[in-house]
Amino acid sequence: MGKEAIKLRLPASEDALRALRIGDEVLISGTVVTARDMAHKYMVEKRPESLRDILEGALIYHCGPIMVREGEGWRIVSAGPTTSSREEPYQADVLENYRLGGVIGKGGMGEKTSAALKKCGAVYFHAVGGAGTLLAKRVKKVREVRMLEEFGVPEAFWVLEVEDFPVVVTMDSVGGSLHREVLEASAQKRKDLLGL
Amino acid sequence: MPGFVEWGLELIRRASSDLSPDVEAVVRRGRDAEPEGTTARNVLDSILQNVEMSRADETPICQDTGLTTFFVHLPRGYDAETVRADLQDAIRLATKEGILRPNSVHPITGKNTGDNVGVDLPHIEFEPASDDAVTIDLLLKGGGSENCGAQYRLPDVSIKAGRDLDGVERCVIDAVHKAQGQGCAPGILGVCIGGDRAGSYMGAKKQLLRHLDDVNPDPLLHDMEARLLDRCNSMGIGPMGFGGVTTLLGVKVGWMHRHPASFFVSIAYCCWADRRRRLVVRDGIAQVL
Repeated sequence: MGKEAIKLRLPASEDALRALRIGDEVLISGTVVTARDMAHKYMVEKRPESLRDILEGALIYHCGPIMVREGEGWRIVSAGPTTSSREEPYQADVLENYRLGGVIGKGGMGEKTSAALKKCGAVYFHAVGGAGTLLAKRVKKVREVRMLEEFGVPEAFWVLEVEDFPVVVTMDSVGGSLHREVLEASAQKRKDLLGL
Repeated sequence: MPGFVEWGLELIRRASSDLSPDVEAVVRRGRDAEPEGTTARNVLDSILQNVEMSRADETPICQDTGLTTFFVHLPRGYDAETVRADLQDAIRLATKEGILRPNSVHPITGKNTGDNVGVDLPHIEFEPASDDAVTIDLLLKGGGSENCGAQYRLPDVSIKAGRDLDGVERCVIDAVHKAQGQGCAPGILGVCIGGDRAGSYMGAKKQLLRHLDDVNPDPLLHDMEARLLDRCNSMGIGPMGFGGVTTLLGVKVGWMHRHPASFFVSIAYCCWADRRRRLVVRDGIAQVL
């Protein structure tokens, strides 16, 4: 490993979140709530108050896990991130309305989300795409699930307790975005390769 | 005696949890190519660790087990509809066991069938077999990478692509740039030159069944694959789009005859977790490769 990973416990103070910078490797412990396409549309269009108790101070995790019923509870089998850019139209609103510490996903998000992170003092964390088994092992407890019947397993709100969940900060609260940097650098290379 | 339900289940289990060694070997080479201490290298280390864990635990490498796509070669005397029904049963069992995620959503009601069976799900392509063995290739390809697929119609002035092989290469470079890390780079590309719109996309996807260490029998395309791999990697997008030298693991190119008016170039983007396995049944004995 490179530099020492930073340990972050949720709910985190605004100062702790604002201190993080792109490139920081972080181990997260605390509550994360899965939410993807249907969930984001729902949070913006219906603005349900009933989700406040699980979302405030937590992180939203762009993830549609594989879950297996075990007695009265659930076992989490595989749980890597899904592509975040699909939530770009919704994310800024959700971040502000539910006072989240930020988001975990993959692939990065756009300028609207970047501005919201800055305003709210929140952070976009990137988990390794495809590392389903490894990341599921960092989930210590499946606390509860909401909207399971309506949305189905991949799209429901799963409330998860994670421990030392490994992520990289790729968008920070001072407007930095690793995705923007790589896009710009590679755009120049593309132009050179295509002689444009 | 076991049949296609049991064999199909084993095929799905292996595809979902046990990454093909040819893919793992190239991920390892990519890891070694990234400098010590970089995030790119750490990402590839995590990927390799996850591959080992998934194999040991028989759990899905990635939670997005995709839409199940089977390519079946059937000898005379087999009934395709029976095989289809058995594979559907195998999928239901695999979903119940947590080897597959329920990924079958009704596009109008939004309702998930919960068992991965639906209209055109699983997608099965049947072809007659050339000998007396049944072969079933399975591809589990996630939605994030599927969304990064692209189709170009040549000529395309925006990328200075004419109706020739140079034009084809321009399409591929442009598509890889557009994908950035979104399709879970480092990716594997299946490319199809020619065909109609639908056939060309399927032709691109079929290229993903090729092993990364195979050799394209057409020397011209073989060179193109190597050149495209180098040129795309030189864009520096890297694992997960974090920057680095490993943007792609492989490029596979095939072709189909085309209509004089149409010149399509189709690109299927597969994430690093190229989950494919083959079931061969000969004389009642099944083997997953």
